[in-house]
Amino acid sequence: MRHIAVSLLLVAFPQAAFGVNPSEMLSDPALELRAREISKELRCVVCQNQSIDESDATLARDLRVLVRERLAAGDDDQGVIDYVVSRYGDFVLLRPPVKGATLALWGGPIAIVLFALIAVFVFFRRQRQTAKAPIAATPLNEQERQRLQDLLAEKEH
Amino acid sequence: MNKRLMFTLPLMVFLILAGYFAVGLTKDPKKLPNMLKGKPVPDFALKPIKGRDDKGFASTDLKGETSLVNIFGSWCVACQIEHPFLMKLKAEGAVPIHGIDWREEDPDAGPDWLNKHGDPYALVGDDPRSKAAIAFGVTGAPETFVVDGDGVVRFKYVGPLNADIWRDVIEPVLRQIKPPGAS
Repeated sequence: MRHIAVSLLLVAFPQAAFGVNPSEMLSDPALELRAREISKELRCVVCQNQSIDESDATLARDLRVLVRERLAAGDDDQGVIDYVVSRYGDFVLLRPPVKGATLALWGGPIAIVLFALIAVFVFFRRQRQTAKAPIAATPLNEQERQRLQDLLAEKEH
Repeated sequence: MNKRLMFTLPLMVFLILAGYFAVGLTKDPKKLPNMLKGKPVPDFALKPIKGRDDKGFASTDLKGETSLVNIFGSWCVACQIEHPFLMKLKAEGAVPIHGIDWREEDPDAGPDWLNKHGDPYALVGDDPRSKAAIAFGVTGAPETFVVDGDGVVRFKYVGPLNADIWRDVIEPVLRQIKPPGAS
């Protein structure tokens, strides 16, 4: 019965199955919560698509401990993140910062949507204009008139 | 809108994106940029490993002459591949090599490994909790840093060193470094 309860708990909260070890946690729940939030933002440099909060890698564990030590020492959240970035670069941030080098990354989708909206707007406006404008009859030129005459004359025979 | 533009624009966008991706595919995501390049070595003070009861290894030891800082561990297979080359470097006496024994779960493992394979290091520090490794921005072993006589990190090499890499990559860096004091 207890096994079933534990299994159900693990299924319900899969994060409890790996990553943060109870022995690493801080006794202060407010500080621990901040540590968890910071850990979710930082990439594990060993298994790169996981955050250090999720990762089971030993280096991720040491980074989690470091985050907690710095928080306990009185660093603010940004200070802790800045320290890790100063060691590993922007790459460790799972959400890349908005700055010159990442302008295309953040602005690209917005630019494409704007461009598409403008294109659609121009397309429909043009269509409405052509629909409204009366179709002006283009007079035949001399050559065409001659050919028409010839054709008509041919038919009469 | 110009019809030809309508058809070529998506193609152009695709080609530009494909160009970026093609370049991106040639880059190894495991190799992070060296954030410490041109900066002083981070502060660290490591205890000696077991059996080497010298003073351990601290950032203050890196002043005075150009040296290498090599991150290794007895658990690290690539370090074993690199090891004979470090022994050869030590025999040649080109630059002092200092070691950071990283993440040993058993305090005997590092010393045993050095006894078995030879000890190329002038100073060795024990870093079981990645204190110095994180400060250096290490992601895996082996990694080797070139530190100049002013204690400034000049270069980081990720992966095992060998004679070819030494000649093509490390030696040019060493040649660029002027002796301390000279300007």
